[in-house]
Amino acid sequence: MRDDALSRLAGILPPDRLLRQPAQLAAYESDALTAYQASPIAIALPETTEEVVALVRACREARLPFVARGSGTSLSGGSLPVAGGIVIALNRLNRILRLDPDERTAVVEPGVINLAVTAAAAPHGLYYAPDPSSQSICTIGGNVAFNSGGAHCLKYGMTSNHVLGIKAVLATGEVVEFGGASREQLGPDWCGLFTGNEGLFGIALEITLQLLPRPECYHTVLAGYRTQEEAGNAVSAIVASGLLPGAIEIMDALALEAAVAAVHADYPPGCEAVLIVELEGPREVVAADRGRLDAIIAASQPVEARPARDAAERLAIWKGRKSAFSAVGRLSPDFIVQDGVVPRRRLGEALRRIAEMTREAGLRCANVFHAGDGNLHPLILYNGRVPGELARAEALAGRILRMCVEMGGSITGEHGVGVEKREYLPDMFNPEEIDCLKRLHAAFDPLQIANPGKMFPGGSAPALATHGLHPLEKAGVISRE
Amino acid sequence: MSPVLQPGTVAELAEAVRAHPAVLAVGAGTKPRLAEMRNGCVGISTRKLSRLVEYEPDEFTFTALAGTPLAEVTAALTAKGQYLPFDPPLAAAGATLGGTVAAGLSGPGRFRYGGVRDFILGVRFVDGEGRILRLGGKVVKNAAGFDLPKFFVGSLGRFGILAELTFKVFPRPPAALTLRLPLAGAEAAVAIFAAVGRARWEVDAADLGPDGEAVLLRLAGPAGALPALAQEILGRWPGEVLAEEVATRTWDDLTAFRWSETFPYLGKVVLTPAQLPGLLGAVKTLGGRAHVSAGGNVAYIALPAGADPAGLGRPVLTLRGAAPLWIRPAPVPAIAAAVKFALDPSGRFPALG
Repeated sequence: MRDDALSRLAGILPPDRLLRQPAQLAAYESDALTAYQASPIAIALPETTEEVVALVRACREARLPFVARGSGTSLSGGSLPVAGGIVIALNRLNRILRLDPDERTAVVEPGVINLAVTAAAAPHGLYYAPDPSSQSICTIGGNVAFNSGGAHCLKYGMTSNHVLGIKAVLATGEVVEFGGASREQLGPDWCGLFTGNEGLFGIALEITLQLLPRPECYHTVLAGYRTQEEAGNAVSAIVASGLLPGAIEIMDALALEAAVAAVHADYPPGCEAVLIVELEGPREVVAADRGRLDAIIAASQPVEARPARDAAERLAIWKGRKSAFSAVGRLSPDFIVQDGVVPRRRLGEALRRIAEMTREAGLRCANVFHAGDGNLHPLILYNGRVPGELARAEALAGRILRMCVEMGGSITGEHGVGVEKREYLPDMFNPEEIDCLKRLHAAFDPLQIANPGKMFPGGSAPALATHGLHPLEKAGVISRE
Repeated sequence: MSPVLQPGTVAELAEAVRAHPAVLAVGAGTKPRLAEMRNGCVGISTRKLSRLVEYEPDEFTFTALAGTPLAEVTAALTAKGQYLPFDPPLAAAGATLGGTVAAGLSGPGRFRYGGVRDFILGVRFVDGEGRILRLGGKVVKNAAGFDLPKFFVGSLGRFGILAELTFKVFPRPPAALTLRLPLAGAEAAVAIFAAVGRARWEVDAADLGPDGEAVLLRLAGPAGALPALAQEILGRWPGEVLAEEVATRTWDDLTAFRWSETFPYLGKVVLTPAQLPGLLGAVKTLGGRAHVSAGGNVAYIALPAGADPAGLGRPVLTLRGAAPLWIRPAPVPAIAAAVKFALDPSGRFPALG
């Protein structure tokens, strides 16, 4: 069976693009959810969309599970391989096929790096808005599969809000074209349904993205507060004011400590929380709004408020924020990132309860989060070499997720369910709703060969690794958000 | 005349679905072609499913039953300084929230922040087996499960009947200014759309009015910032700033499709800006009018009696008029039938085609 399947694949790709050696396979055993690993039997490295289609159809004929993979930055284990299956690594499909500055669209292959789209658009005064923290390395194909977010979702939405068209090969072998080059569409929103499918429907081959005009001007303020509650109150005041900032972020004391150690970030002393707020738009608009924002922040009694005076200071603020996750890796040998969402008004309560639960578990937890949209990112620190610590960390993560659902939120804001949170899907959806999702899944993948074991509870458990950061994370190339 | 049921609760809605082999959801009927039923089909009106269930201004979200009139939603949001940025059309005529989602219609404001698909967060719906299901979420950010809420946008009741919807809202900009830029032709409009789309001004709406004689641009933001932006735009193209009451009436007329009222046919076409001149040529040949919205990404086309919308040469969704619902539809992929079967195994809702 297995040899038969592999010989089919060997008919599609030359030997140097169908990796079989254990040392070659090892690099693909985990993604950025490093606590899990599984061994694929081969890694396919297609270079054309035709090869991807042929691979999927061969997998279907052989009933061979496949996992599509970009840069492997999934934090929910979304690109974790299936033992006995193959990985289809899409990194060589990295061409920007078209970029139309007049219509503000780009057509890209799935292996194109997120930031490369903005780099290609920049000479035209345009950019690609979704900005996950891993944007210097994560791929558009992965962003589409997991509907990735970033720091600017309240104003600009998630990946899904920027995908206009998708050509994909479904797990059935059918090649479909959803949406197109227009920002409007007729008929049901197939693009919207496909985006965020977590690799369970098939593989996107060509993605049409909308580009936005680059904001002319920014006003970025970093404000330190004695307590998290004061920072939270400042967020409430900003939201109630009628301003629509591009980003509202909070980092807690432990995250600040990590950012100071890692990138020498500089924060006001004696702060339990730092708030970052950014306005953006035409200079006249930002000039009119910044006075209001500065007044609200001044009234919120921060220890200190520091507006960025130039582009370099703004970048320094964001560098500290975006490095926070990998920086936390310096405080602890291992950590789990959670991704739950709570209604914004309950942020303060959520943080208090997370602190209590963390104390009860005998662990430490750093918090970095998108305060504007209530998307928490508790980083639970543990040492995988201490027996039982991973189990305690996962139990704590589970309690936090259940709290998010109880508060009326979600188990995931932007990382997806993947393998990590699949047992918590029933906390959000009742059995009939899960049945509905499963029927949809079966429509796209009747043989259950596309990224099986993700999203739905009860999948076979992959092996747990006990220790270690992702190699790219150790090198400081990627970070978790 | 087919019967029309009026369930008063979501449970009654589910019962109505289970009780009849062929049903079609109808709202206020403001897109009359979408509410037309084949023989033997029972209409299920959402008229009595009308209530703002939850509105949390601090969360930027609200949840309402599907039959809630847009006007009621808009009034509640306006009272708290918020809005649905995509200007849902036909509010004045009584259009409902659910009908807007099922029809997939967005107004001029979709240019800047996106359309109805970009603001829908969650749905509660009745599937073809009469089950009441809630998918998506009630918070502004959520990635759990497949995104069925988006899929329902434009789905015309083929996969389920919407019972309740959750939306994201934004703070309403304190002021707006509308510019009218007279034109020499469709190519000039395409050039303006391209330039505006890349410019620093971040305009809120960019439309070509139904007389085809002027591009309308709307700026929205703090009152003090807008005149300077308007002057810069008028330095690039000749035109004028419309008086506030004229501007309000102009946009209201567009979102109400008042310009189309003397024509029996109204349809929706999606396009890219480059396709605009060709489409407007075809409309002219057929003796019709067109309102082009969203910077040249969508056109609403009114045609006189006797004109065949197939003459537009591209897919059209008929909103009003004696014509097929779908004109020149794109081929339906095999997956569409499989998804239809997943949500509506016995085919209670109308077929896809």
